[in-house]
Amino acid sequence: MSLYEKISEFQLDAFREIGTIGAGNGATALSQMINKKVGMSVPAIRILPFSQVPDVVGGPERVVAGVFTTVKGPAPCNMLFMFPIESAKILAGKLMGRKYKDDEEIDYYGNSALTEVVNIVAGAYLNSLASFTNLSFVPSVPALAIDMAGAILNSVLAQIGIAGDQALLMETVFTEFEENVTGHFFLLPEAGSLEKILEAIGVKG
Amino acid sequence: MARIIKVGMADLNVAEPPDVLQTCGLGSCVGICLWDPVTKVSGMAHIMLPSSLLGKSGNDAKFADTAIPLLIQEMSRIGGEKSRLVAKIAGGAQMFSFYSANDIMKIGERNVEAVKAVLEKVKIRLAAEDVGGNYGRTIEFYAENGQLYVRTINLGEKYI
Repeated sequence: MSLYEKISEFQLDAFREIGTIGAGNGATALSQMINKKVGMSVPAIRILPFSQVPDVVGGPERVVAGVFTTVKGPAPCNMLFMFPIESAKILAGKLMGRKYKDDEEIDYYGNSALTEVVNIVAGAYLNSLASFTNLSFVPSVPALAIDMAGAILNSVLAQIGIAGDQALLMETVFTEFEENVTGHFFLLPEAGSLEKILEAIGVKG
Repeated sequence: MARIIKVGMADLNVAEPPDVLQTCGLGSCVGICLWDPVTKVSGMAHIMLPSSLLGKSGNDAKFADTAIPLLIQEMSRIGGEKSRLVAKIAGGAQMFSFYSANDIMKIGERNVEAVKAVLEKVKIRLAAEDVGGNYGRTIEFYAENGQLYVRTINLGEKYI
């Protein structure tokens, strides 16, 4: 059973387009924070069965730093940033002006810095989504977990799992080129939210 | 050679010795393992949510209340006898701690409660559990001896 079978290619394109602009704002915000150039991929939109979602980030046992925000409003969504642990260490180090060794865990301050980055990038993204749609998007304070990608994902997917068996992911990869920091950003609309967003920008199927 | 049979999210499967059932990266989900000590038929379900009353879905393996009966049924096809089954469960963590811990955030806890209630209802004894906490688990269930292996990132590994 698919929640998304009524969504046309054309509508997905429109959704991708506003995602591109939002992610661009996010990349700019990130770039200003670490004072480095940050590139981003054109957002990919995928509709996947839950069981395949962990493969997107390198398999369910891959250790990642996941930062999760729920977004309230007329079109509720979930946002999840996942950084491979190596990238998370470099990024946290850049923000804190230090280096984390390979065998060192990211400390409280590093975790807090990562959470704050996501707070700002998510804010930049949602601002653009809000200005396109005239809907309000109110993010929660993000929460961070460093663990298996699968474990992080299934906790997030449980939220949208109530309504179906598939996830619509909008995925953007942020890359900082000098040290090859990558991060995956997922926007997961809850049931009915995608339709509301599309309706608000006037794109019919 | 023992095969490793993967069980995905919202999925279930059955096995016979020497095969091993595996599910990777349990967070708030719960891995339910059932075993018949006589025929050594084993089964594993990876549920995401406590109750199918929460929403419509064509997938019975996703909910505690529908996955357990389905798993018992699948096991009986290859010789698992319901009255002999024992259960081991793992998972049900709370991966993210928010300031306002609302209901949905406690989904792990609710999953565990639901699984235990269903097991009691169908009169299957819970032999062992490794649940809760704030960390992910990968589990492997051995049809040979009914041992459940639990691996974590920071808290090592164990058999229950």
